[in-house]
Parts: sequence; structure tokens; C-alpha cells
Amino acid sequence: MEFLAVLKRDCETCQLVEPVLAELRDEFPLTLYSQDDPTFPKGLGGALDDTSLEKSWRLGVDTVPTLVRIENGQEISRTQGWDCAEWVRVTGIKTLGEGLPAFQPGCGSISVEPGMPERLALKFGALTLESRVIEVDEMDDPAEIAYDQGWTDGLPIIPPTDLRIARMLTGTTRDPGEILGAIPPNLIDCTIEKAAVNAVMAGCRPEYFPVVLATVEAALKPEFSMHGLLATLWFSGPVVIVNGPITKRIGMNWGGNVLGQGNRANATIGRALQLIIRNVGGGRPREIDRSVFGNPGKYTFCFPEDETDADWTPLNVARGHAPGTSTVTLFHGDGVQGLADQKSRDAESLARSLAMGLCAVCHPKLAQWSNAILVLSPDHYNIFKNHGWGRAKIEAALWEALKRPGRDLITDAQGIGVGIDPSRANEMVDKFHPGGLLVVRAGGPGGLFSAVIGGWTAHRKHEEVQIVSKEIGT
Amino acid sequence: MSGYTMRDPTAETAAVRRNRIPPKAVLANATIGLLSISKERSEEFLDTVEAQLTKRGLKILRYAKPTHTKPAPESVIQDIVEHCDVIVEGLAD
Repeated sequence: MEFLAVLKRDCETCQLVEPVLAELRDEFPLTLYSQDDPTFPKGLGGALDDTSLEKSWRLGVDTVPTLVRIENGQEISRTQGWDCAEWVRVTGIKTLGEGLPAFQPGCGSISVEPGMPERLALKFGALTLESRVIEVDEMDDPAEIAYDQGWTDGLPIIPPTDLRIARMLTGTTRDPGEILGAIPPNLIDCTIEKAAVNAVMAGCRPEYFPVVLATVEAALKPEFSMHGLLATLWFSGPVVIVNGPITKRIGMNWGGNVLGQGNRANATIGRALQLIIRNVGGGRPREIDRSVFGNPGKYTFCFPEDETDADWTPLNVARGHAPGTSTVTLFHGDGVQGLADQKSRDAESLARSLAMGLCAVCHPKLAQWSNAILVLSPDHYNIFKNHGWGRAKIEAALWEALKRPGRDLITDAQGIGVGIDPSRANEMVDKFHPGGLLVVRAGGPGGLFSAVIGGWTAHRKHEEVQIVSKEIGT
Repeated sequence: MSGYTMRDPTAETAAVRRNRIPPKAVLANATIGLLSISKERSEEFLDTVEAQLTKRGLKILRYAKPTHTKPAPESVIQDIVEHCDVIVEGLAD
């Protein structure tokens, strides 16, 4: 039987147990390691130098002092801090620590200080990154190299250093080598590690990473048609709506300026997806991305739903996910169109009013041509709520109000060439395909207006191009 | 060297630059493939092209992507490569 103890001089409990260690060493072989000063403990002639923290890291020490009992080269038991009864149990020496207090908590091991586990995992080979190393000369600026290499969307990136990538990878339980899927347009397999490199560049924190991974996986579902969305002439890009407890946990903003700038999670999750498509998939503007205009949301477009009202059915639950599940929903969306109605005070009027605004999506004379998101502001929602209307009733009223006489919409009607097929002149025509209108609650108080996010024109092929959802994993 | 390193965020693949096959100088005896991308009025456009080319005695084979929202399936591309000397891909709108 032998013992091993990991200590640091800058720890009062380690200093307290010095006489105990002396007592133990009289009975058994004892090896000491010091994390900060190999001359400590002086009375015992110092310790082995573990200022590299390799021993501490390999032993998984998180508190000092840590005492480990070893038999035949195997760890049998361990204790940490100073708990006299525990030390007696581990050592079997009943008289150990007489005269000392019964208990004193230990101190944090240097090996678990913030950022240190990732540093040590890289240093001691527990994590090996496979991506190509780019060396940066001391005269060079990493941010400028990223521009020169074509890695950015036009905004500066966070340089993807090994340590930052290692920290990003702590955000998931998944293996860095696991393949997420083939990223269009070049259909290149993307590993978790490559996603992490791009998430670092986008500015994500590790706790956002599971949302990024779910977003990428959702975008790769065949029915989402990410290749087509990238290649389209139309404005659209992927719009990510996040639901569930994770939105609160990672500090997303569903309130004021929800569709604007200012929140790190909102801003960087959407950007990470775009950078992955750009860098791994090779999808770049004015190359495979043929968009005539694009839209500012192609830098990033991600926001959570406001789920603070218990009466409101969240979008993901309406789409079939269990309540309390965290999900991403991906939509093919354009920019934001404001919709003001500061006069409607009853639910029916407001539904008809919002429907009138939604009719303009893509073109007022087109129908079942593109989808839309209606982002319902708190003030507009309150009008519905005060009349006892929830999601189902609002959606049903909108659907009804979005029916229009075909004769007003057919080609050349109202002296305008664009329009639906003349054969539909006698029908009442729906504006959207079933499931093509997403109602999402978000935004800050103070404005009786809501927002419309128009959708991709390929939604007219609604069986081939679909809105998708994916549960967020770990 | 400063010792500062980053990791490559790209797929780390180098595109192989392939030269285009030179256009056929003479179309006589050539098989012309007409690929519809399946957007509105693609067919109408390609029907017109087919009529013009048939008048000139050329052999025409018609192909279509199942949807314009996705790339052409490999089987369609393979079929074209095996049977056509020239391909015309039809847009629309």
C-alpha cells in the first residue's frame, strides 16, 4: 500500500494537513506533488514538481489537497480537502490528525481553473485537432489573414485558435470526429470539429454550440433544400427560430429589438450556420449563391420565441414537439416588413388587418407562392389575448382572412400582368399552402405593430421545399 | 514565427480545374440532350428548341430534373454523359 497527495502551497488546508502527511509518511510510502511550489511542504522536504499540472490533470484532481490510496499500482480510494474521518477511512490510521479541526474544505485545483482543462487536454494529447494548422507570423494580424483566405462574411471573425476550438468542443458531448452531414453546395462532410472552428469564428460561446449543431443538421434535411436556398436568385436565406428552455439558459433575446442587433447568442448562432455553408460547403455570394439582392439576414438571422406567456402555445409545440423541448425551426426567409395597426381593438379586426399585410408577401397577386412568418408583438398579442384568443384561434382567423377571390388575382386582372392561373378565377384562393404561415411571438412592448418575414418563392413547390424543425441535443 | 496558430475552417479540398470539352465544330450526327430544370415554362422553351433542332435532322434526347429546387440526381447526369454529345440546360420564368 502506498499513498499519493496533490497539494499547493497557496492553500491553507494543504498547509493544515502538513503534520498529517508527516504522520502518514512514517507509516507508508507517500509521494507528494505540488502544483505551485515544489519546495512546499518545507517540513517534508518539498514535493515533486507538478507546476505543469500533468499529474493533477491525469489524476482528475479538482480539489487540493487530494489524497489517493494505491495498491498494486491501482487507485483504491481517495479523499479531498480535510475531513478527518475520511482521511482515517482512506489510510486506516485511527489516530490520524489528532488536534486538528474535524473538517476544513480544500481549495480549487489549478488544473480546473477556467479554461485550464481544455489547455491541458490539448497539451497532454487528450484532444487532437485534425484541421490544418495556419501559422500566423508575428508581423501579421490573424483577422486580416482570415479576410485574405476568404473565410469571412465581410465582418471580422474571432481567430480560431486551438484553445478556443477546444473550449467550443466542451459545449457538446459529441465526438469531434463525428460527421454532421454533407454541406452544400460542394457536399463536403462536416465534422463536429469543423463546425466548432466556424462557431468560434462566428463568435459563439460553447453553450451555444448544441444549438449550432442542431441548426446545421436541420439545414441538411433534404426537404429543407439548403442547396437550392443558397443558389436561388431570390432574397432568402435560412432563418432560425429557437424554442424551449435553452433560449433562457444561453441568454437569447426575444424582447425589444429581437430581430435586430445586440444579443450575442441571437447574432452568432445564425452567423455560424452561414460561415459553415461558406467555408465547408463552399457556398459564396456571386458564385453558387446567385441572389439578385440577398438580404441583411444572410449575415445572421436567428431569434427565439417569447414563451413567457403560459397561455401561448410555442411554435415548436404547435409543430408537434413535446412541451419543454428545445428545438430549432428553420425557415427560408427574406427581410423584415413592418405592419402597423394602431386602431384595431378587437381580435377580428386585427386578424383581418394582419392578413391584409400578409397578402403582400412575394406579390399581392400571387398565392401559394411563398410562405411567411408573422412575428406577433406583445401589444398586438394582448388584443387577441384579451378576447380569449390563443394560437389556434389566431391562425384560423388569419387563414380565413387570407382567402381572396381568384378573379382579383388571375393574370392580367386589375391591369397587372403578374397573377395566378386564369383557371382559378372562380375559386376562393388561399394565400399560403397549409403550414406555410408561422406565427411567432416576439418583440418588445410599446408598439401596436407586428413584423412579416416573407419566404422563398420555391415554397410554391411545397412538397419539395419545407420548413423543418430539429430537437437540440447535447 | 510568433507561435500563433489558427485552424483552417474550410473543407481543405483543392478544386481540380477541368477544362471544358471544346464545343463540337460540326453538329451533324451529334446527339443533343435537352435538360429541363423543371421551373415554370422550362418545357415550353425546350419544346421550341427541340423543334428547331429536329428540323436540322439532329437526334434529341429529353431530360428533366425532378425539381429546380435541388441539384440534378446523379442518375440523370450519368445518363446525359453516356448518351449525349451536347447538352442544353433550360431555365425559364
